[in-house]
Amino acid sequence: MTAAAVLYDIPGPKARARNLTFGVVGTGVVLAALAFVIYRLVVTGQFDGRLWTWITYVNIQYLLLGALGNTLSAFGVAAVLSLAFGAVFAAGRLSEHRWLSVPSTAVVELFRALPLLVLIFILFFGVSRGLGVNIPAFWAVVIGLTLYNGSVLAEIFRAGVRALPRGQSEAGYALGMRKTQVMTTILLPQALRAMLPTILSQLVVVLKDTALGYIILYPELLYQARFLGSQGQLGAPILQVAMVVAVIYIAMCLILSGLSKLLERRLRKSPRGGELDPKAMADAENEVTTAQAQGGGGVGPL
Amino acid sequence: MNVLFDNLPLYGLGFLGTIELFVVAAIGSLLLGTILAAFRVSPVPILRAFGTVYVNTIRNTPLTLVLFFFAFAYPRLEIADISFFWRASIGLVLYTAAFVCEVVRSGVNTVPVGQAEASRALGFTFGQTMGQIVLPQAIRSVVPPLTNVQIALLKNTTIAAGFSVVEAGGIYANLSERGYNVFVGLLWVALGFLILVIPLTLLQRSLDRRWSTSR
Repeated sequence: MTAAAVLYDIPGPKARARNLTFGVVGTGVVLAALAFVIYRLVVTGQFDGRLWTWITYVNIQYLLLGALGNTLSAFGVAAVLSLAFGAVFAAGRLSEHRWLSVPSTAVVELFRALPLLVLIFILFFGVSRGLGVNIPAFWAVVIGLTLYNGSVLAEIFRAGVRALPRGQSEAGYALGMRKTQVMTTILLPQALRAMLPTILSQLVVVLKDTALGYIILYPELLYQARFLGSQGQLGAPILQVAMVVAVIYIAMCLILSGLSKLLERRLRKSPRGGELDPKAMADAENEVTTAQAQGGGGVGPL
Repeated sequence: MNVLFDNLPLYGLGFLGTIELFVVAAIGSLLLGTILAAFRVSPVPILRAFGTVYVNTIRNTPLTLVLFFFAFAYPRLEIADISFFWRASIGLVLYTAAFVCEVVRSGVNTVPVGQAEASRALGFTFGQTMGQIVLPQAIRSVVPPLTNVQIALLKNTTIAAGFSVVEAGGIYANLSERGYNVFVGLLWVALGFLILVIPLTLLQRSLDRRWSTSR
């Protein structure tokens, strides 16, 4: 709804005064909370220069750069694999053959219901003890991310295909195309285009979830943050390192989210498209919101 | 089977911890999320801005990091000594509230504009429009995705196991100390989560189906 503008009148003098009061009080409360945190930071000496000198060490900069590389490589591999996994299982679920669609549905539902952390634990701690196959931390994270996010992406692809007007596939069949041709040349390209912003938001989840690698000691950003934060010679600057790492994570995710918003705006403007079933689109959106709510990470044993 | 039955108290405690954490965080996140949503649709621009900044920041932060702050950085501030359980709850509330806020806000946006216009035309105030016209209709489109967010929260509680909160996610560590087969132990944990999550998912789907057709 273009907005909230309908919910209330254009404020008159009285309402404006009232809104101003609310604004001032609200701002006061928020600023007071912020000021309290900063006050505690100052009182406990967290802004002392000594606790920030670690940033100037070249070795530490390289260490963090390497950690960032590890985070990004886990993200990259997991993103590509999840897209493939999603495409395969979406096609499976859309299939008219029961022997394909039933197992696909079961797999997708199972991996969406399991906590990602438990999945990664099973891969990393469980499989080596139970089956005797050792999975390195990197692959435990990547496979876990792929199974979970791939399942979510499968649902997104499926919602995208179902949101297309029926006329598209009917026209394809009328031209004498086969089922596979209709799917690959008509439905999937359109669905992919329409779902691109949603898919990108899901990739933000993948990026966020790489932080789970910390728990199984995969040396990504958060792991190195913990390591640096416990170094006595540096003054154990855990809070300072955590702040810097937070900025890095948030910046990376904001870039991806921004890209997704940009694409969405461009797609909405373009003359093509715009005939999608809103209900199915909304389903896909919900799917992502939910996945993002889950998209967390974890904290390893202390 | 042995792994489960020999350690039944361990599993009981673990899943009890999960459920406690879930209930506390669910209630907290619903309250905070609704307040934030009210901020985001309010007529006061500065409050809208606060809501937007909060939601965008939190949505782009890994939950790990939020909990990392509460586990390791919070004690450095020396504000008050709170147990791990409550710190984990606060972290989960702050994180989940951003998603609750988004769901509630987009639920308000699904109510056709004409409804609000009609109520404005009848001279209803902002409070009346929201309370009597918009929110009762928004609930239909809010509850199913809200259930989804709470399911996600339930799964997220596993992360708190890393804070020495007694929680299902931490069962594996105890099992490996006692020398049991961790693989089988973890499969039982997974099954436990399926038992908790599947009824909620079914509830969500039936609500979604019933309420989306009646409009």
